[in-house]
Amino acid sequence: MSLLKSILGTAVNTDAAEHLGKPTRRVDGPAKVTGAAKYAAEFNVPNLAYGVIVSSGVARGTITSINAAEIEAIPGVLKVLTHENAPKTAWLDRSHRDQISSKGGSPFRPLYQAELQYSAQPVALVVGETFEIARFAASLVRVEYDEKPHETDLHANQAAAHPPTDNSGGYTPAPKPRGDAESAFEKAAFRVEAEYSQPSEFHNPMESYASTCVYGEDGKLTIYQKTQGVQNCQAYVCSVFGLSKKDVQVISPYVGGGFGSGLRPTYELYLAVMAATALKHSVRVSMTRQQMFSFSHRPEAVQQIKLAANGDGLLDSVTHHAFEETSRKEEFLETVVNWSGLLYTCPNVSLVHQLVNLDVASPESMRAPGAATGIFAFESAIDELAYQAKTDPLEFRRKNYAEKDQNLDKPFSSKELRACYDQASERFGWQGRPLEPRSLRKGSDLIGWGVSTGCWEAMQQKAEVKAVLTADGKLTVSSATSDIGTGTYTVMTMIAAEFSGVAMENVSFELGDSSLVYSPVEGGSWTVASVGSAVKSVCEELRAKLFKLAGKMDGRPLGGAELADVTFVNGEVRVTKDPVKSVTYAEVLEAAGLDKLELDTTEQPQLIKRATHGCYSHSAVFAEVSVDEDLGTIHVTRVVSAIAGGRILNPMAARSQILGAIVWGISMAMAEEGLMDHGLGRCMNHSYAEYHVPVNADIHDIEVIFVPEHDEIVNALGAKGMGEIGIVGVASAVANAVWHATGKRVRSLPITLDKLL
Amino acid sequence: MINFAYTRATGIADAIKEKVEANGGGQFLAGGTNLVDLLKENVARPARLIDINRLPLAAVEPMSGGGLRLGALVTNADTAYHPEVQRRYPMLSRAILAGASAQLRNMATNGGNLLQRTRCYYFYDVATPCNKRQPGSGCPAIRGQNRVCGVLGTSAQCIATHPSDMCVALAALEAVVRVSGPQGERSIPIAEFHTLPSNTPHIENTLSPDELITSIDLPESPYAAHSVYTKVRDRASYAFALVSVAAGLELDGDTIKSTRLALGGVAHKPWRLPAAEALLTGKPATKESFLPVAEALFAGAQGYEHNAFKIELGKRAVVRALTLAAKGTAAIHDVNGQTADA
Repeated sequence: MSLLKSILGTAVNTDAAEHLGKPTRRVDGPAKVTGAAKYAAEFNVPNLAYGVIVSSGVARGTITSINAAEIEAIPGVLKVLTHENAPKTAWLDRSHRDQISSKGGSPFRPLYQAELQYSAQPVALVVGETFEIARFAASLVRVEYDEKPHETDLHANQAAAHPPTDNSGGYTPAPKPRGDAESAFEKAAFRVEAEYSQPSEFHNPMESYASTCVYGEDGKLTIYQKTQGVQNCQAYVCSVFGLSKKDVQVISPYVGGGFGSGLRPTYELYLAVMAATALKHSVRVSMTRQQMFSFSHRPEAVQQIKLAANGDGLLDSVTHHAFEETSRKEEFLETVVNWSGLLYTCPNVSLVHQLVNLDVASPESMRAPGAATGIFAFESAIDELAYQAKTDPLEFRRKNYAEKDQNLDKPFSSKELRACYDQASERFGWQGRPLEPRSLRKGSDLIGWGVSTGCWEAMQQKAEVKAVLTADGKLTVSSATSDIGTGTYTVMTMIAAEFSGVAMENVSFELGDSSLVYSPVEGGSWTVASVGSAVKSVCEELRAKLFKLAGKMDGRPLGGAELADVTFVNGEVRVTKDPVKSVTYAEVLEAAGLDKLELDTTEQPQLIKRATHGCYSHSAVFAEVSVDEDLGTIHVTRVVSAIAGGRILNPMAARSQILGAIVWGISMAMAEEGLMDHGLGRCMNHSYAEYHVPVNADIHDIEVIFVPEHDEIVNALGAKGMGEIGIVGVASAVANAVWHATGKRVRSLPITLDKLL
Repeated sequence: MINFAYTRATGIADAIKEKVEANGGGQFLAGGTNLVDLLKENVARPARLIDINRLPLAAVEPMSGGGLRLGALVTNADTAYHPEVQRRYPMLSRAILAGASAQLRNMATNGGNLLQRTRCYYFYDVATPCNKRQPGSGCPAIRGQNRVCGVLGTSAQCIATHPSDMCVALAALEAVVRVSGPQGERSIPIAEFHTLPSNTPHIENTLSPDELITSIDLPESPYAAHSVYTKVRDRASYAFALVSVAAGLELDGDTIKSTRLALGGVAHKPWRLPAAEALLTGKPATKESFLPVAEALFAGAQGYEHNAFKIELGKRAVVRALTLAAKGTAAIHDVNGQTADA
């Protein structure tokens, strides 16, 4: 590998690229708009049974009875599974953990015991011959409980906070304190001390979770599953149910949105497999929209921040203490406070991240997990401090710009944040913004402008990719990753075409099948960096192999050219300076007597290069709001976001990612809130009608700018990922704009109109 | 969702007969935009659905006395865009268009709009107590998540609101609901149609069992030139009113001859207080005149943990609505029929 790389060169020459960097329509677009793309609940097989989930009505206590026998007597009902009759699954917690779960927790096991863990958890599965029968029967299920007191209120239980005792992938514990934040705060010229809060939020992808578990004649399971990781689901099913990998295939060609909710295997998968194996029958289980509020969510957070600057407006002290909810049995861990030691130069920093165990479902990563939460609070506080120092908030950020990663004491692999500030502020028209709030008006409305910085880690995971070039010159590249709507099919096809020299239309990329070669779950914005880098490698190997085979051909079609002298394009190897001398890939295979050329590469993260650098994407977000002073209604009239995210491979899909993330950031700022009834221990607004996200009429002008970065450290492609960075900093930019409009600092999300009255 | 029988009524008398035969277990099905949701949530569990969509109640017709008759089965969308409704009752057109979404308005009917159920979270969730859904089980909303609940006319049993926008305008316009039942036809003034929760929150209107709404009759209105529907909500569309105000002014120069005001989002029924309206008679159409009216409307209001803001918001919305109404209907432009501020 390393030899090949040195021959072919891994440096990314943007100008020479044929596909990368060019706006490219989705290769799966026609299948999606014509309905040919099938989702988990759309794969039909003969004699499919349907499972309908019954959810608990209380948060804590014990199930004392379920009228299962009565329900099973209903004609057409095949089985009612409850904790009383559910087949045994693996005994050890370890067997129920997956790639993503925390390393030491006890993952939730559906129908495992009479004791309840949270409200709306599954307590029974009614399996019927038809969906309608199952749904009818499920509506007649009566569950009796012996209720016990529950705790779901983070604010009321803050005293029970404890440091994380566990760990999980993607989580970076808070760095050790540097300097002396407390004494620096005490003697500083300008100080801010405030508490920020954010409610629990729910992912709510359009496609609800579903599992179609097809029971084969030989007892093998083929599972059509909504997930962000087919192999994670496969390993989980095998581990929990004691099955062999060869007997379980998980397939997920299309996913109607994930956002982190499908990183871990969801409970309808467990129930579908349990029913299918118990009944020896194919079973489909789907969640209702209401049940989409009954598992993963962005955890509620309370954050206490103390910031101080010296008389010159230089940041001198940062204290950030975050409290987040988690469940009783697992520690959900996301990186919340570290960003506050990273974004600006500051000698005295103290960062603490603590957890509060509550009677709720385990939270899970939701778009930019940790960063969306932590940076909202920190960037709001920075804005407050800038005003204390009577400094323009953009100028304040520029003045305190971090030239190195102080948490790690390492240089950045690349960081064009300054250019983001410049370009986005120019486009926004920031210059001349009055420092004082309530200075801008349009008609009778108050206008406000806010800015925020955003940041996300540029990660890379191990991934494997297989490439098969067939005699007809067509290339199939595959890996068991997912396309959760982000454009994975398209970008992988582009990368493969770029580095193989096979034309786009002759390249196909396969994913979403556990029988393909290894891929990590799709999350963390690491898919292009991880799988994409492996695609590049395997295609480079393919080219080298083709060149070698061409050299052995009779008649020497390349006339003895060296590798450096040839070009791979449109399915041909050509001598660059004498293109008449060429040979097609098909001819090379034919001459070698091969019907196909198959290569398989595993790409490891560039650990050595990465170890000496801090690797992040950055953004500068500018927002304008208009506020009706009497009624408190707020409109986010403009957002301009400049992104420094490494190399942009498909600007069309990248822009789409950022647009969607900005809309979500506006949603986080203005709308989203899981309304928990602490008396009942239950989220009450569990539907699209009542759990608000913006409608089209709430979204106005959004502009996205990509600031180029050349980065050979993050990964072989120089791409940092587009999934998360777009949302980070949007809520703080909006909150800062609302303050600038009204003079009111709203520190608890969402910023609803009543908070401005 | 439970199993139920489905029948399609062939005429008004037939529909009523079927309803009587269902012996309390029947429900009429029109647009289904609310009822079908409630079936799926197991809140509505009728033994029989009687589809009335083919009944001859889908016309908007002028009335002999000068008003306009809106058939019970005319869709909300067709009503809102009907030229006579837009010309003579712009407040109603705008109220309808401020509600739900285009898709829902295309399906929802006028009769169904009168009968839509509250959007209180607890009513919709059968795992929780609710006196309206299950009398005597309790009202967790009083101490729970009550942002969408009422502040006027609430009871110790129920603080739910009626969610309709259309009905708020109907209340301001003093519409009359025509119904047909086993005992024949009768007319119910809109003010007497919806009820307050009191000790019977499961009863939401004064329809007798098995009565069918046949039309909504609008009397002549002198308010067309100065009417407005101001809706304040948490997002720009597809959200129920936190507070809404239907306001109509009859002006003589700058002097107010008469006023109509109805509030939505604050009570179990569209909220009217004629005594408050009367405060404006003979007064100039200025903010100074409007403020006491807003105070009077909310006198005695009771806020709860998450909705007390509605009292102050409601007063401000009343002043806003009256201010806009004074400017004149034509001055308020918005393609969705909403005022620019709501």
